[in-house]
Amino acid sequence: MLEKIDRVFNNLYGTKGVSFEVAKSLGDFSNLKETLEKGADYIINEVKNSQLKGRGGAGFPTGMKWSFINKKDPRPKYLVINGDEGEPGTCKDREIIRHEPYKIVEGAIITSYAIEAKTCYIYIRGEFIQETRNLQKAIDEAYANGLLGKNCLGMYDLDIYIHFGAGAYICGEETALLESLEGRKGFPRIKPPFPAVSGLYANPTVINNIETIAVVPTILRRGADWYKSMGVAEAAGTKLFCISGFVNNPCVVEERLGISFKELIETHCGGVIGGWDNLLAVIPGGSSTPIIPAHLCERLTMDFEGMKAVGSSLGTGAVIVFNKSVEILKAMKNIVSFYNHESCGQCTPCREGSAAAVKIMNNIINKEAKPSDVDLLERIMDDTFGTTICALNDATVFAVRGFLKHYKEDIKQSLQI
Amino acid sequence: MPKIVINGSEHEVAEGLTIIQACDSLGVSIPRFCYHDKLPSVGSCRMCMVEISGSRKLVPSCATTISEGMEVKTETPEIHKARKMVLEMLLINHPLDCPICDKGGECDLQDQTYRYGLDKSAINVVKRAVEEKDFGPLITPYMTRCIHCTRCIRFATEIAGIQELGALGRGDHTEISMYISKSLSSELSGNLAEVCPVGALTNSSYAFKARPWELISTETIDVLDAVGSNIKVDATGLAVLRIMPKINDSINESWIGDKSRYIVDALRIQRLDIPMIRINGKLVKSSWNEAMRTIADKLKSLQGSEIASLMGDFVDIETAFITKKLFNALGSDNIDCRFITNSAENNVIDVNFDVEDRGSYLFNTTIAGIEEADSCLIVGSNPRFEAPILNARLRKRYLRGGFEMAVIGEKYDGNYKYDYLGSNISLLQDILNGKHPFAEKLKSSKKPMLVLGIGAFVGNNSSDIVSLAKEIAIKYNMIQDNWNGYNVLNTSAGMLSSMEAGFVSKDKKINADSIVSATKAKNIKLLWLNNVDNIDFDSLPKDIFVVYQGHHGDKGAARADVILPSNLWLEQDGTYVNIEGRLQRSYQAVPTVGESKKSWKIIRKFAEYVGVDLKMETLEDLRKQISEVNPRFASMNFAVAEFKKDNLSMNFSLNGDVKSLITNYYITDIISKNSVKMAECTKLFVKKTA
Repeated sequence: MLEKIDRVFNNLYGTKGVSFEVAKSLGDFSNLKETLEKGADYIINEVKNSQLKGRGGAGFPTGMKWSFINKKDPRPKYLVINGDEGEPGTCKDREIIRHEPYKIVEGAIITSYAIEAKTCYIYIRGEFIQETRNLQKAIDEAYANGLLGKNCLGMYDLDIYIHFGAGAYICGEETALLESLEGRKGFPRIKPPFPAVSGLYANPTVINNIETIAVVPTILRRGADWYKSMGVAEAAGTKLFCISGFVNNPCVVEERLGISFKELIETHCGGVIGGWDNLLAVIPGGSSTPIIPAHLCERLTMDFEGMKAVGSSLGTGAVIVFNKSVEILKAMKNIVSFYNHESCGQCTPCREGSAAAVKIMNNIINKEAKPSDVDLLERIMDDTFGTTICALNDATVFAVRGFLKHYKEDIKQSLQI
Repeated sequence: MPKIVINGSEHEVAEGLTIIQACDSLGVSIPRFCYHDKLPSVGSCRMCMVEISGSRKLVPSCATTISEGMEVKTETPEIHKARKMVLEMLLINHPLDCPICDKGGECDLQDQTYRYGLDKSAINVVKRAVEEKDFGPLITPYMTRCIHCTRCIRFATEIAGIQELGALGRGDHTEISMYISKSLSSELSGNLAEVCPVGALTNSSYAFKARPWELISTETIDVLDAVGSNIKVDATGLAVLRIMPKINDSINESWIGDKSRYIVDALRIQRLDIPMIRINGKLVKSSWNEAMRTIADKLKSLQGSEIASLMGDFVDIETAFITKKLFNALGSDNIDCRFITNSAENNVIDVNFDVEDRGSYLFNTTIAGIEEADSCLIVGSNPRFEAPILNARLRKRYLRGGFEMAVIGEKYDGNYKYDYLGSNISLLQDILNGKHPFAEKLKSSKKPMLVLGIGAFVGNNSSDIVSLAKEIAIKYNMIQDNWNGYNVLNTSAGMLSSMEAGFVSKDKKINADSIVSATKAKNIKLLWLNNVDNIDFDSLPKDIFVVYQGHHGDKGAARADVILPSNLWLEQDGTYVNIEGRLQRSYQAVPTVGESKKSWKIIRKFAEYVGVDLKMETLEDLRKQISEVNPRFASMNFAVAEFKKDNLSMNFSLNGDVKSLITNYYITDIISKNSVKMAECTKLFVKKTA
């Protein structure tokens, strides 16, 4: 279990209140000036050394992403912070926006300084109205305290703007987010060019998840080595886990990476409803990560390697626990329907394939399908994998493949007359 | 020039092309749905995926730029599997009823399914249902067939500049629709049916009339405006069924205006199909012999100076030339073609172009040249109505940025932003004197251009407007070694072609206006009109003998003493000049109706009746004769000319407004006047805004 002293988010539940003074008393902004004075290269290197990986699901090394920005490019650079938290099961960014907004602001200042951005946009899921009031307050206070605006601390200019999404999951995809931010329909862009070369308004842009940005100040305050010391090799540091589903006490909790799954839900969530033996399966990192059946959960560790070993991935750290009261088929259909509903409709394979998958799933659930339809479903998934502009369809495929890998025969069995 | 390897063979291709463009230029075919060479690519249909070196995944060839040494494979089992998958996915929801679809036989989806797809579907699920949409009178939608390629949306927003069309909903619930329920208001909307790769958007005047393999296609040109768009005319037997654009990047790219496309229904309505003569005040049918004899008899009693001829719309060079030759042989020099025929006005409006001075009445920048310009002053014109294709070029240039536009004259919605300066003529003087802010913009631009609409040539102070415009062109360096920014936007292909044939009097005082006045003074007693319907016929003295040569019955034919029915431009070979001075041949696409004859042949025949030997038997003879006096005609080349800089009047009366002439794009001439579709459009789009 993570020691209190080692937590990045020491006010995650807002128990100490949410204000600039509280944040300062907890250490935020305490060494901002000193950090910036060490220069952009130092910041980027330190983040690289900390092995911080993007917390939005894909796990791209953050420091490396920043280093892609060409400083010699005369065009304006932008920092875009992705708070369009829509992955089913994920609710970590919401807690940060609600109770730790100062960490976002400080992280935005440091990151913008490192990549020489003068404007930062925070794109927030439209439903997070209440939460965003706190973030706006934090931004306003930062302006009032001379941390945002022109010539702050005598070192940088930075403006932060909040932009609300309108409820499309796809706008959490970084290029769709940029399209949406520019005022168009949220359609993912074709890459290359990557946002670091041509992003917002065709200018160099870094897009980071809220959690990634929010942990940056603490890393720079306490050092990359401290951060690396937590977690395991290849998966350094701590992570917010959002545990939902059939546990006694669903929660968002910060833990070191590499913690065992069992420890995670036993210590923080009061265990599986009906006891550990009642565990059916777990979706470890948001709906698009492949499901892991109970027999693989015994020694499961919550890190990139541990997940790979069981054919899944850590994703956003949104752990969805199924106990034996869950009907796997319905859960699967739910997830497929979600991806069908959120497909932007641009690429043929995703638009048509996901719709067909839902219709086939409905047939299976209603026992109107033949066992061969399960193979058909699998074939649609295999054929469409990797053929689209963005990874939304691949997410569908991962999820469905995960279910079919472990439950295909069971599903077929259920369709035998 | 990067070298790339396509399917094992090495090629050198132009820099900056995408893979699909490179392959198209080399004749390597790649199937596609969403990609269209004139529209921005979105890479969403996933049909054009190819394999390239250094990429594990297939890449969309329409969105991948080539690079030095790139190895491209377009036909591998992997690619075929992906194409098969895309087609299978598209056909999940696309109706499988090609026999009752209008697009059958020329459908991209059908063709590519035959080539790459499966013969039966494994995915049997309920197909998507879509609510019917209203796309106005020109486009009939069958949206269940839509495959969401978004070509129509991109055409509407990028080329036509209408923002109303878009995709509503998301995922498989996406529907192509108007954001607000109203008809598409664009002069280019017919092209939506053109870009649609399936039968979702259909040409309302052609849908379900024929199959493409039954059609005989003729490539010719359009003369309903003076742009000279290249068209493909599809006909079965006697009737023209549809008119489609033919790609010509110098003129119309891949598009044509709605008027050019939808007048198909008017080609056989109100046609003059038999010669007629007026007996006791009533027009009665006659034979060609009788009709020509009647005119010849009339001519016997008349001096050469007592006869006159006017050329109107749709007249080709050959007809104008032979008519001039006949009239000169008969001792008459009372000929003119320089007047507005396509306005709502009922009387002759002279424009008095100087035929010798080609640079003063042509669009010298050329249509493609617009893309090089960096500023543009439009005077007395509404290009959107006068030449929608040219307007699309202006918009194309505008979208690229760095294009300063200003308008003097009537305000219009051009689908681009411009500075509206006002309508007073004194603004031109201000610009000339450098007093107006726009003068600075003209001064700082490298390739400025100026467009004089035909409206600038109409009215009492037209000579002032034109002189000022020329002065501005000189002062702001619009005439350079490789740049001519002085443009006149004519609207009548007939006027330009007749001028090319020299159909004007040697006497500068004689013009259409003076000829009509002379009839009132009874100095001219016989008037030979070729497609002229805009004279104030009511005030024409009763005893003036009017010969009307033309194809549609209207005011001119109603007043005529003899009607000589001639062929429509689609029913005969001819040569026309467009606004740029470009000579283009038009070809016969369909046989004619009734007894009407080729227009040049009517004159040739008539010459025999009056004992004039025109020394020609065939069209080739005629063309040879024209070539002798007109070297441009011989070579069919066109060269940009500069206007003459002498005799510019410097006494301006700076009062009055600059006006544009055409207020209703849809009805401008006797053909469009007879079109039901054009009338529907007028009712829907013109009356409403007025």
